[in-house]
Amino acid sequence: MQRHLIAAATLLAALTGTASADDGMFDEYREMMGDDSPAVFVIDEGEEYWYEVQGPKAASLEACDLGLGPGVVEGAYAGFPRFFEDGGRVMDIEARLQHCMIELQGRSAEEVNRKPYSLRGDMGTEMEALVAWLADQSAGMVVNPGQSTPEEQASYALGEQIFFYRAGPHDFSCATCHGQNDVRIRLQALSNLTTHEGAAEAYTSWPAYRISQSVVRTMGWRMRDCMRQQRLPELIMGSEASVALQMFLAVQATGAEMAAPGLKR
Amino acid sequence: MAGKIRIRAKAKDGVTEVKALMRHPMETGLRKDQEGNPIPAKFIEEVTVSHNDAVVMQTYWGASVSANPFLGMRFNGGAAGDTVTVTWVDNTGATGHGETKIR
Repeated sequence: MQRHLIAAATLLAALTGTASADDGMFDEYREMMGDDSPAVFVIDEGEEYWYEVQGPKAASLEACDLGLGPGVVEGAYAGFPRFFEDGGRVMDIEARLQHCMIELQGRSAEEVNRKPYSLRGDMGTEMEALVAWLADQSAGMVVNPGQSTPEEQASYALGEQIFFYRAGPHDFSCATCHGQNDVRIRLQALSNLTTHEGAAEAYTSWPAYRISQSVVRTMGWRMRDCMRQQRLPELIMGSEASVALQMFLAVQATGAEMAAPGLKR
Repeated sequence: MAGKIRIRAKAKDGVTEVKALMRHPMETGLRKDQEGNPIPAKFIEEVTVSHNDAVVMQTYWGASVSANPFLGMRFNGGAAGDTVTVTWVDNTGATGHGETKIR
């Protein structure tokens, strides 16, 4: 009996071509959790890291300029990626935080690059916590990446090129999975990142607490993991390519309201 | 960072609903890290919920409960302003504690 029901449900899903393959089950889960996302702990930890005195220069990150002036954190996340005069390049939030850790705290590039994202068994990294807190400081704010300088425009163009560039043993591009409506991989609906709606839904919900991994993952991690799934070389955190991909998505999502840290499978 | 508990308690029609979110890795002891070394077991074994000084629930958990576990429960009684306490003890002897006033 149950098998027949499942078969009927599968057939129905196939006929209607629905992308919400789990019939909204995860939305229900999200609703049950309400505001009780474990991301709340990570947000608190991020704030502690921001004020923590670290590195050879014995400084906190309080003087870090995230684009709205030194120490201004409210709304800063929503303005990334953007061009920074002092860094001479376009940066995403992770590249900017690294820049501040190196310049303000005097930490080495090796140290801040060693382990940006959690591995199995970790409860989170400094970078994940800082990004979670900063994203929370931009909750409800409008996505507004920099597009006024030639560098920012070039970053967008590069991101667009990478998004559609087919490569690797599977001859995949980002667009292979994220360039059409109403498709899914296993039970996961895939958003069409070439549209404003699709890009907005994705961009505004990262960073997110991943229940299956028990940690907060950042947008930079999402980019890197998509590259891994395509069997492409490792995407380096804060690199030109990583920033460009995020710029491409952020520009598509411009005008949408940030709602991160989200809760994901 | 472990040990934190975020609790909310709300009384309605003579029943108090408690929601508690705990910061804990809940390692089973069966996983290995990137280098292939086993990650030692660390999971909550005992959770106690108290209303003022009276224990209203005691529960025994194992390694199958998720990381950063979320507990929801209801008990009879409780009024706004009363204290609700949640504590846990894990297999390594570490403890967590949190308390809140009923709304």
